[in-house]
Order: sequence, then structure tokens, then C-alpha cells
Amino acid sequence: MTKLINFSNKEVGGAYTQDNFAPVADDAALPEGPVLVSLARFQKERETLLERNTPIGVKLQAGENPELLGDDVNRLSLVALEFPKFRDGRAFSWARMLRTRLGFSGEIRAVGDFLYDQVNYQHRVGFNAWEVPDTFTLEMFNRALTEMTNVYQPSTDGKKTIRELRAGG
Amino acid sequence: MLNAVVKPVAPNMYRYDEFDAQFVSERVNQFAGQVARRLTGELTEDQFKPLRLMNGLYLQLHAYMLRIAVPYGTLSSKQMRKLAHIARTYDKDFGHFTTRTNLQFNWIKLVDVPQILRELADVEMHCIQTSGNCVRNITADQFAGATDEEIEDPRPLAEIIRQWSSLHPEFTFLARKFKIAVGACEQDRAAMQYHDMAVQVVKNAQGRIGYKVMAGGGMGRTPYIAHVMREFVEREDILAYLEAVLRVYNQDSRRDNIHKQRIKILINTIGPEEMRRRVAREFEELKRMGTLQLPQEELDRITAYFAPPQFETGLPDTIPEAGPDFANWAKTNVHKHRAPGYAIATITLKTPGQVPGDASADQMDVIADLMDQFSVGEVRVTHEQNLVLPHVRKKDLPAIYARLKELDFASPNAGLITDIIACPGLDYCDLANARSIPIAQKIARRFEDLDRQHDIGELKIKISGCINACGHHHAGHIGILGVDKKGVEFYQLQLGGSGAEDASIGEIMGPGFTEREIADAVERVVNVYLKRRQPGERFLDTYRRLGMAPFKDAAYEKEAA
Repeated sequence: MTKLINFSNKEVGGAYTQDNFAPVADDAALPEGPVLVSLARFQKERETLLERNTPIGVKLQAGENPELLGDDVNRLSLVALEFPKFRDGRAFSWARMLRTRLGFSGEIRAVGDFLYDQVNYQHRVGFNAWEVPDTFTLEMFNRALTEMTNVYQPSTDGKKTIRELRAGG
Repeated sequence: MLNAVVKPVAPNMYRYDEFDAQFVSERVNQFAGQVARRLTGELTEDQFKPLRLMNGLYLQLHAYMLRIAVPYGTLSSKQMRKLAHIARTYDKDFGHFTTRTNLQFNWIKLVDVPQILRELADVEMHCIQTSGNCVRNITADQFAGATDEEIEDPRPLAEIIRQWSSLHPEFTFLARKFKIAVGACEQDRAAMQYHDMAVQVVKNAQGRIGYKVMAGGGMGRTPYIAHVMREFVEREDILAYLEAVLRVYNQDSRRDNIHKQRIKILINTIGPEEMRRRVAREFEELKRMGTLQLPQEELDRITAYFAPPQFETGLPDTIPEAGPDFANWAKTNVHKHRAPGYAIATITLKTPGQVPGDASADQMDVIADLMDQFSVGEVRVTHEQNLVLPHVRKKDLPAIYARLKELDFASPNAGLITDIIACPGLDYCDLANARSIPIAQKIARRFEDLDRQHDIGELKIKISGCINACGHHHAGHIGILGVDKKGVEFYQLQLGGSGAEDASIGEIMGPGFTEREIADAVERVVNVYLKRRQPGERFLDTYRRLGMAPFKDAAYEKEAA
């Protein structure tokens, strides 16, 4: 079983949250309510999906560039980025691109095979939700985000860099 | 033997502030946690592997190997003494300087690693990103800050790149490792064009200083010379440009075949023109965002750490007479310095018979003393696995030479045929197909005669024990690649490679030689050069003029007979 952790409030830290999006296989009928579909299905049934007026999520494989969503990206509520194996770090760049170039402000969810040790990097580049195994506790999540206090490089989290802190910023 | 008391000198190099210190210390704790999780079994070896690799910890044939970062090859005497202490306490009394200008210990216990990291942190050292699919330790011209050939000291830039690339959230799980070198002169002593990315300090037509960026060089099974990505990047834009290159690489590289995942493959598949176009798009966006712009104050702040030492004036600007042995050493191992009365001295860790790049704990301690006494507390590690005293008074050279002689590190062979690069090979390495060290030793012994070495002149032999090319064989004037054929080690020759400013990839000669034949084959190749060289020609020049045929004929002569 998996659980969903989101991180929207810095003061509270990570929190378990209900997953409202029903994952739908490419050949299954669309259920009522929010759905999570593949890029292929979204592209094929774009109009039907957008006309439903219920929240839509698209799950991108590691090799699928979010730019493939075109202008529709900001009509989505959720983009799930797949880690097929934890060594495949392409989604770090996709999340960054969603937040900056594409201006996506909805949920970016990490799904698939990633490690505790990657959660902080994911958070920094723009992920704000994580599908985790049951063994992954909130305590672990919050620890992952606080092991390293400061950072050397700017990212989409807007965190002040060490260079800015040095300058008294 | 060890000197009783030498007062440590703190050289002008980057020093951690509270932020750097906290960063490294937290990183040590984080890694200690990962080690603990591995020891309890919470992490499987498969899960632990990328984490330990990102911290320089390899599992070798016999034990764990720990690789310690020596950023841009610069070490203080205090750091050198700490390395000696670690060698003595946690390893078998020696360490190995690598072609990435790092230092590695080959006999480390996993349980000791957190403590070793804490000891390293005490002297502002770490193992961050000395391995793994991330931006590795930044290397530099070993004469940086000391040579008059450079536009400026490239190490402040290297330090800025080091900080930017440390635990970069977007680029810590790249398709493959990513190596960056910096330099600031036409002479390339850092094999820059063989790097995933290289940054060279240049001046544009208006006389403004900026950076030329190259990418896509590499060794391994598919060697490539780097392409120029951009001839001139403004100073303040350099991190934005580097980030743009990394971003294109992270997004677009293959991930389905480990042998085709370096940036060199991407660039040579889509073509350098398309790569430049993709990078330019990211670069323009990053520039618009403005968050990675490098303020002049930050560049000045970092540069100040590397201020040149106070050079004495009025020193004699000649190298003293001190006998023929010293004169030989001075001829090959001493290089012109920017300040009158000073010189740059190379300590080759290549005494014939020795393991290239190895130094014992006692030797490290004595070198630390020499650093303090003669070179403002500083030493450089070179990619050719040697050490360099960057700022020595010419009048002190005979005294330095005498001390090096006691250490058995006084071989007058910098750049000569016995100054061989060799990877650890099958004696240590899990990946190797053949031994490298004994071959290096054998060839060094063969050419041990000094008159002969000096007569041959500049000749770079580089030996790798497998196709991964850690011994840089593609860049050797004579490259040697160890291969395994049905359980027997064979050695292939490659000729005409260069890792310098005239970079080229060596050409494979033909079938390999056995361990017994290889030194003879090298000797026959060298004899062709001696017979057919024109005045002033190095081996490489003669090879380039004549081509492979005469060398090949000679090398296989015995077999043909």
C-alpha cells in the first residue's frame, strides 16, 4: 500500500492527505470525479477530458517532457512525475521546468521508485506531493527536509542561498 | 626522517566560513545515517550504492575504497598531515593520488567512514561527489596562480563551480558522472578537452575577461575531444551557462544503456550545433530569471582567498649550481614562475619501480614539512599523479631536491617516459581486466637510465587496465590498454594521443602484446622515434609526421621475423 504526503504548509511540515485522483488505465472507462491519466490518453481524449470540468491529473513517464502538454498544462490540477528507478533523475529537471518555464502552480507528485534521500532534492525543484510506501513515516519525511540547513544554489523553492546569506540577505 | 618541529604555514586558499563548515558537517551526519541504515539492513546494497558513491565510497576487490576530494588539486600542509594521519590510522599506511587530483585510500572499513569524514571536516575536506552520477571534483591547471602563462588564477572560478555543484538538487542523479576542469592559459595541463565540460578563462577582442566553455570530451570506450559550446561567456553568466548545459544533458541524455549516457554521446549524436541551440535556449531563460547571475562582489570575495603570497623581492633569479643530479632534476621538474627569484617545482611520484601516485604516510608528512618550509604551506596534485610545490625560491631548490632524494621522490622525470600515468588496475579495481601497475613499473625500469630518458625527451605513457580508461590511455603519446583474452592479460598499444592543448585521440596499433612482450614493443617504438626524429621534434611530433606504419612495423618486428 502507498500513502500520499503533501507539503503545502512550511510550518506544519509534511502531512498525509487523501488522494482524490483515480488512476485510470488507458483502456478503462473514465469514472466520475478527478482522474489521473497517461500523457497518451490525455493527448487522445483531450477535449473530452477538459470538458468534464473535474480536476485532471496527467502522469508523465521519465522520458516525457512536460512541454508535450503544451498550453494545456495550466488546465491541469496535478502532474505526476514517474521515477522508473531512483537513479533516473530526469524528473528533477521536469519539475523545475513545470514550475518556472511553464508556470505550473498545481500539484507535482513524485511517484515510483525514489529514495528517502531524494525527497529534499525533489522538494527543492518543485515537487509538493509524494506517493510513498506505508513504511515511510512523516517523521522521516520531515527529517529528510531538514538534514541540510542551507543550500548553495537557487532552485524553484526560492530558498535563500548561502551566497545570499553571506551577503546578509 | 621526520623533522621534529616545522611551523605550519596557512597558504592563501579558500577557507570555509560558518556556512561551508555547517554544510560539510551536516553532510557527514547525513552520510553517517546512511551508513547506519546500511549496517542495520534498512538499506539494501543496491539502494546504498548510489548514496555511498555520492560520498566517494566504492566497494573494491578487497575492501572499501574512500576517495577524498582535493578541490582543484590544492592542499594545505595541515590537510596533507591529516591525510597522513588517516593513512596511518585507518588504512595500510599509504594513499594514492588519482588522475582526478583526488586522494584515495584502498583499505577502509565501512564502520570507520563516518569518523574519517569527521576528521576530514576538521581540516575543511570532504568526499562529497567524488563518485556517483553527479558533478565530480573540479580539477584545474596545477600551475594555477603560479605561472605567468595564465590570464588569471582559475581557482576562484573552480571554487565557485564547486559550491554551485555541491548537492545540486537538479543534477545529483544525472545519467552518468560529470567531470569539469578549469584553466586559464593556452597551455593545457589539465586535459581539459577530455572532460565532460571545461571552462577556460579567456579575453575577448575588447580585452574583457570571460570564459570559453567546451563540452563533450571524454575517454572510456568511446573517446571524444570536446566541442566548443561557446567562445565567450560573460563572467556574471558563467553559472547560468553551466547550468544550461547540465540541464540539457539531464533532460535529453539516454538512460537505457550505461555505455551511451555520457554527455559526449549526446553531443555527438545530436551534433554540436543542435546542442548549442538547446543550451542557448536554456541559457537565455536562466539569464532572464537572473537568479544564477554571479555578482562581482562574490567573485571578488572568493578571489581574495587566493591572493598571491607576498613574494620576496631581490632574490637571485638563477637556479644554483648543485651538481649534475640536481641539474638534471631542475631541467625537467622546475618550471618558470610568475615572480622573479621563484620557481614551480614538480615532485614526481614516479620513481621507477614505484606505484605511480602512491605516497606513504611518512612521505606525506615530510612533504607537508617541505610545503611549510619552502612553498608557503601549499602543494598541488596533478592529473598526472604528481605533486607540485607552486611557490618556491630558486635558491631553495637544491635543499628541496636533497630532501626529496631522501624520500625517494627526486626522480628527474617530469614529462619524461618514466612519468607514467597508470590506473590501479587489477591489483585493486573491480572493473579492471588487466594489471596496470606492474606494467608501469616494468617500463619505468626499462627506461630508468637518465641519459636515455633525457635524450628521449617529452614522452607521455598512459596505462589503463580496462576500457574505462582511468589511466587516460587515449591521451597518451603512447597509450597502453590492458585487455583480458581467455584469462590472459594482453596489452594493446595506441600511439599519437595527447591530453594537452593539441589534444588528440591515440590510434590503435593492432593486436595486443603479452605482459612479457610489452616493454620490448614500447622500446622498439621509441627506437623508431630516436632514429627518425628531426631536430626539436618530440615523439608526438614525429609520430604525427610519419604516421603509424613505421612504428607498427617495428613493434611487431619480432613476431614477423
